[in-house]
Formats: sequence, structure tokens, C-alpha cells
Amino acid sequence: MGVEMEEKNLEAALGDSVILTTIDAIIGWGRKYSFFTYPFITACCGMEFMSVAGPRYDIDRFGAALPRFSPRQADILLVVGTISHKQAPILIKVYNQMAEPKWVFAYGACVCSGGMYDNYSTVQGIDTILPVDIYVPGCPPRPEIVFDGLIKLQELVANERSSKWPRGAAAYTPRVKR
Amino acid sequence: MADIANKIKRMFPDAVVSADTVLGEQHVVVNKAGILEFMRRLRDDESLLFNFMMDLTAVDYLGKKPADARFEVVYNLYSLRHNHRIRVKVPVSLADPTIDSVTQVWKAADWFEREVWDLYGIVFNGHPNLKRILLYEEFVGHPLRKDYPLKKRQPLVGPEN
Repeated sequence: MGVEMEEKNLEAALGDSVILTTIDAIIGWGRKYSFFTYPFITACCGMEFMSVAGPRYDIDRFGAALPRFSPRQADILLVVGTISHKQAPILIKVYNQMAEPKWVFAYGACVCSGGMYDNYSTVQGIDTILPVDIYVPGCPPRPEIVFDGLIKLQELVANERSSKWPRGAAAYTPRVKR
Repeated sequence: MADIANKIKRMFPDAVVSADTVLGEQHVVVNKAGILEFMRRLRDDESLLFNFMMDLTAVDYLGKKPADARFEVVYNLYSLRHNHRIRVKVPVSLADPTIDSVTQVWKAADWFEREVWDLYGIVFNGHPNLKRILLYEEFVGHPLRKDYPLKKRQPLVGPEN
């Protein structure tokens, strides 16, 4: 109680010239409106992503407008469209090239679960190979639900502890079996 | 529409097994032996001139046809000069799943034959670069064969799911 009183007294003494907060809160606040995405687009969800990124739905309203076409400059991996087993090592390589902190956005039914492609060629959800932070199902998802997912991801990022990062390598290291 | 299928059957009585028109589309069934020379003559004969190989694929008739005619390699040909089409079907057996490559006749056949090899396991003799085109080299088997296990998974990374 003593410490709390001291903080209150301190804030009162400093007046409007200083705002006290925690490091985690201010880092999270800074990160959540400054997403730079790496769109890894493989299929028809990409068409819907164009609508999300375009002027009518306008992802810029949420501070995530600029796609970086190098993973080294991005902090969200937007996986948009079906991921085949042949592509899986490439996706992991892209993820590993991203600087931390980084988050993975599973965009569409195929990325979340394999979607309707329950067959020999398709990864049954990229959470089997990467740590996914947000799932947005839909075939393809409407822009509204993409923004809903983005805002939920912003909440997640804002409430993270900064000690969470750096996290290290991907869940699976690319390795060819047999 | 001219009866191209029966014309081809009259021109090549030894090669052609049967000629038919189904739903307005003509096809001929042809023996595997001598397929390369047959195709070359379809391309070069003045009255046929099938200079455009539009598609090359295969069908697995597991359980519908006997093992000595289990597969069928299908060629869809078109003549730009005469504006006519023909579908050529060639039965291939399970015991000897090989056929001569037609890449010498139409270069476009290259990737189609690789696709058929990849997914059906039919070997094209004389193909310049017969390796998998859609799947990865580590993949075992040919998944569009009807006896490929429906739930068999061969991921490069991650768990089998």
C-alpha cells in the first residue's frame, strides 16, 4: 500500500507534465498500430485480401497498410491461401527470415485447417508447422472478419509482456524426411 | 462436322482399334505400339494437320476395365488449319505402364507428360526430362491412381496430418 500511495503522490506532484505507465503497455501500444505485413499469398483468398487492402475497406484505418515484400522488414506473416506440402518448407524459411517480434495471421479456411482440401497435397492447417497467433476462417473471409481478426491481434499485441520476445526459431525447422 | 474419327480409322486400319462420336465429340482408340509414328502422321498429313496438341492427360479405370487396359492416355488434338478436333485414347496396362513420348512431335507435350508421370506413374519413353513436375521429389507413389490410399500423407515438414 505504501508504494501505491507513493506512486499516486508522485503522479499528483508531477501534474499534467508527466504520464506514468509500464514499459509493456507503452511498447504494446506502439506496436499495435504499426503493423508491417508480409502477404504470403498463394490462392483465391488473395483476391479478398486486395479488397481488404484497397480503398473501400482500407486496412490503413488500422495502421497495417504497408505490405513489406521482404520478410526482414515485416512483423506480421499474413498467410493467405492454401499451403501445399511442397510450399511448407518455403513458408517456414520466410517465417525464420522475419525479425522479432513477429506474429502469424492465418487468413482463410485452408490456412486454418486445410479447408476443403483434405488430400495428399495440402497442409492441414499451418499451425502444424508454425505458431499461429490469429485464425480468420472463411472461404474466402469477408473483409469485415479480417478486420475483426486484425483488431483482436492488436489487442493481443497490446497486452503482451515484452519479456515474451525474442522467442527463437520456428516451431519446426525445415527438414526433408526419408 | 466432318467424320474425322472414321477417316482416321480408314487411313490407319492397323493402328486404330475403334472410332466413335460421343456427345458430339469424336475419338479414336489406338494401339500403344507405333503411337509415335501414328501421331507424327496425324500432325503432318495434309488432310489432317493436327498441329496443335491442346491437352494430354490420363485416366485410371481401376475396377472398370481389366488390368491390361487399366490406364488410358488421352490426347486432345486440334488443327488450326482445318478447324477440326480429335481425341486419341491409348490403353496402357498396369504390368507395363509405359508409352512412347510424343515430345518429338509436339514440344508442348513435355510438361503434360511429366504431370501424367507424376500423378499416374506412366513412363514416357524418350522424354528428355521425365521427373516430377507438381509434387516434390521425395514423394512416394502416384496419388491420382485410384488405389493410392485416400488418407495417406507425406509431408516434407511437420506431423503427418
